[in-house]
Amino acid sequence: MSATATTQYSSYRNKVARSRATSEPVWIRYLLTTIALTFLTLFLFVPLAAVFTEALRKGFDTYITALVDPDALSAIKLTFIAALIAVPLNLVFGVAAAWAITKFEFKGKSILITLIDLPFAVSPVIAGLIYVLIFGIQGWFGSALVDNDIKVIFAIPGIVLATIFVTFPFVARELIPLMQAQGKDEEEAGLVLGASGWQILWRITLPNVKWGLLYGVILTNARAMGEFGAVSVVSGHIRGMTNTLPLHVEILYNEYNYAAAFAVASLLALLALVTLALKTFIEWQVARNAIQHESA
Amino acid sequence: MKKSLLAIAVLAAALSFAAPITASAKDITLLNVSYDPTRELYQDFNAAFSKYWLAKTGDKVTVKASHGGSGKQARAIIDGLDADVATLALAYDVDQLHEKGKLIPKDWQKRLSHNSSPYTSTIVLLVRKGNPKGIKDWDDLVKPGISVITPNPKTSGGARWNYLAAWAFAQKKFGGDEAKTKEFVGKLLKNVPVLDTGARGSTTTFVERGIGDVLLAWENEAFLAQKELGVGKFEIIVPSLSILAEPPVTVVDKFAKKHGTEAVAKAYLDYLYTEEGQEIAAKNYYRPTLESVAKKYESQFPKVNLIKIDDAFGGWQKAQKTHFSDGGTFDQIYQK
Repeated sequence: MSATATTQYSSYRNKVARSRATSEPVWIRYLLTTIALTFLTLFLFVPLAAVFTEALRKGFDTYITALVDPDALSAIKLTFIAALIAVPLNLVFGVAAAWAITKFEFKGKSILITLIDLPFAVSPVIAGLIYVLIFGIQGWFGSALVDNDIKVIFAIPGIVLATIFVTFPFVARELIPLMQAQGKDEEEAGLVLGASGWQILWRITLPNVKWGLLYGVILTNARAMGEFGAVSVVSGHIRGMTNTLPLHVEILYNEYNYAAAFAVASLLALLALVTLALKTFIEWQVARNAIQHESA
Repeated sequence: MKKSLLAIAVLAAALSFAAPITASAKDITLLNVSYDPTRELYQDFNAAFSKYWLAKTGDKVTVKASHGGSGKQARAIIDGLDADVATLALAYDVDQLHEKGKLIPKDWQKRLSHNSSPYTSTIVLLVRKGNPKGIKDWDDLVKPGISVITPNPKTSGGARWNYLAAWAFAQKKFGGDEAKTKEFVGKLLKNVPVLDTGARGSTTTFVERGIGDVLLAWENEAFLAQKELGVGKFEIIVPSLSILAEPPVTVVDKFAKKHGTEAVAKAYLDYLYTEEGQEIAAKNYYRPTLESVAKKYESQFPKVNLIKIDDAFGGWQKAQKTHFSDGGTFDQIYQK
């Protein structure tokens, strides 16, 4: 019985493959492939290769010197600090927001969803200026901050704040569709069987969304380390103190120090490559899990 | 296991972040917030000053630097970038520190000699090798088909000097006819394809990206491009008339007082006026004000017919109001 079904299916597949609707003339196939590949080469591979060749043009020693320069090291450190603070906070916020939106009904839900998207919608420059307006010494809390000797903008807290602002939608945006698709049946079943709220979160909700969550975290991290506009406004550009990696690249470039600029830029490019690799890995995992689910 | 590893990593990050703060407490740190093209000058000067101060007092001074368009930098100081000294492109931007921020006294410019400008510069034209478009003077910049690179006067000090130099030339050419002067500067601006925010951005546009036929530049920036970026690729054209650019320096009293660095900050600026300081300025292609050093480097700087901002425009306050404030001549011309 099942053998006949399989043969029937494969002969049907062959028919589809040979039908005119799915097989374009050869030249169209080649044309489309060429266009896609040319685009990829022009806009992806060439710039990426350019970054690395420029970085290494004056030799490997210059490359290393540029990276161990005290200002570069401090930029790397600051970038990591900003990411280390911004990513966990956004992780917690993203899970909480996605949980609230997908599992409960409440008034103002659509407003919350819109607000989460706000950082995508506003220009990063505005994100930076908001903090200058609030925390600058001419701003709302300016005199209070000065009196207590607290520095927010043109110092690390401002950079962290700006980074959190531009990266906060990523985790929630990844999780909301996923959790909506999964529905709340499993959680309800857990509740009926007597699980507490925390048990439901740790044993049902989070395991269900773990890959989406991880993907959101990776995107958040990539953006947190690469953010330029918002951070540029609140940084003050003090070298060795408030420069992140992207800002350091700009400074080096403006000082005609092209080899060093590209060396530092290559770090950011590496970060992008690692992000891509992790993303591919996660997608592969998700696909594998889906297949296992279906066969089970 | 994993959790404790994470905890250690976070702790290590926190410690490494805290360590330099405690270590630098006994050293002195000065923050010099400056305009765009002074990067190389202050890199040299800061090293020299640290050495001088260590020898004189035994204290270790680290001078941190921040560079950007002059107007933008003044804005940042007013918003709380706590500079000990400000070394900006023009007096108006420093005036703002008094007017908008109450950070310095009103008479700040009288505190140091030469209007608080230890070095001066001027505006010249930088063209590509062989001067293919035959540019000789400001007249040639308004011709159709000439692409002129200059930064945005709203954010850049250099751009404001550029604009005023062109204005002064036109004023003289048309015998003070305001409408014709405006038309001349308007035509010039029509030939500008990109307005970068700072002088350095414009130099990069012209030198590195190869855009434009002529760059309106600080003399020091033009020398730097010609001598160190593309040897033999550019030529400096000295126009028949230009403007004496005085980039002033000041201690930012309020912040220096808070940091307890007033004395060092003052010494830092005074050192700019000494023979060593003036030599460093001259080597970085700024015109020295100290007679002896000026004489030594006389041949380096071409003789230019220089007008002064006070004579031609009645000072920076007035020039800013007429030309660069909202609704000023720049807005009137550029929005057409």
